[in-house]
Amino acid sequence: MSTLHIWLVIVLIGIGTFLIRFSFLGLIGKRPLPGWVLRHLRYTPVAVLPGMVAPLVIWPGATGGQPDLARLAAAIMTLVMGYVTRNVIVSILSGVATLYLCLYVTG
Amino acid sequence: MAAETVKSAYWRGVRDGAPFILVAVPFATLFGVVATEAGFTIAETMGFSVLIIGGAAQFAAVQQMAENAPTLIVIAIALAVNLRMAMYSAALVPHLGGAALWKRAGLSYVLFDQNYAISTATFEARPDMSIDEKVAYFAGTALPIGPPWLLMTYVGALIGARIPPEFALDFALPITFLSLIGPALRTPAHIAAALVSVTAALVLAFMPYNTGLLAAAVLAMMAGARVELWAERRRAAECR
Repeated sequence: MSTLHIWLVIVLIGIGTFLIRFSFLGLIGKRPLPGWVLRHLRYTPVAVLPGMVAPLVIWPGATGGQPDLARLAAAIMTLVMGYVTRNVIVSILSGVATLYLCLYVTG
Repeated sequence: MAAETVKSAYWRGVRDGAPFILVAVPFATLFGVVATEAGFTIAETMGFSVLIIGGAAQFAAVQQMAENAPTLIVIAIALAVNLRMAMYSAALVPHLGGAALWKRAGLSYVLFDQNYAISTATFEARPDMSIDEKVAYFAGTALPIGPPWLLMTYVGALIGARIPPEFALDFALPITFLSLIGPALRTPAHIAAALVSVTAALVLAFMPYNTGLLAAAVLAMMAGARVELWAERRRAAECR
């Protein structure tokens, strides 16, 4: 990707993100959102992020796309700790600790 | 007198938002590291944080660009991650809709998950707050998030270029995404959406230009909405 192309993408996502945030506050005002729209919007993060992360966990680039026990264990630990503690930082730290421990043990 | 209450509302916002600094600092540092590891320059890395200023979407954009996904797909996926903020924007209209346009524009720039949650909770608990107090409070809650986000992105970008490959930083990005997913699985509907997202993304991985992920996201949103409806109907039936 050329430098210009990279900046174009960054600027367009920036404008788009601002317009999403500004949408109702700035442009649309008090017209209420229909229930079915709200019902779908509620699930956008859990609809996008798991699908994006799944191939990265199962076919990690660092091992040439071969499933890797250390990375799989770290992924499961991160997810479980995040679910149980509801704490993003605890979740990250448990995942990183698991990854390094497994990489150390399996050498 | 009025100016005094507005000022105190601002500082109350800063105090209520203070814990968010614990999320913003590590995340922004991680973003700086991940983006420079993926080959972006420090200026480009800062560009993401200044112009987009939204964690998950920035990570998603870097991931997609590193995979050489087509421009339209990169933009669509990053914006899809941010779509939930349209819901926040709508929810804030009853509280902030009466403010001047430039104030609403400024507050929109610093509308994040965390300060949205704390602000709407406060506004609902204290209906006596004036519009000026609400604007000041919301701006206050953004202070512990926005500036640390930009500063620590820069620090992370400086560090990122110096970390050797043994540290398996390739996996920093998946761990970041996963850490956001766990706490977001609040209801059976959220879990259903996540399961459909994973399954569909893996099954549709053959589709060109990462369009499989977009299709998976749409299917997952529909699954979440559907399960929510079922759960509501079941509750209604049990009450009868």
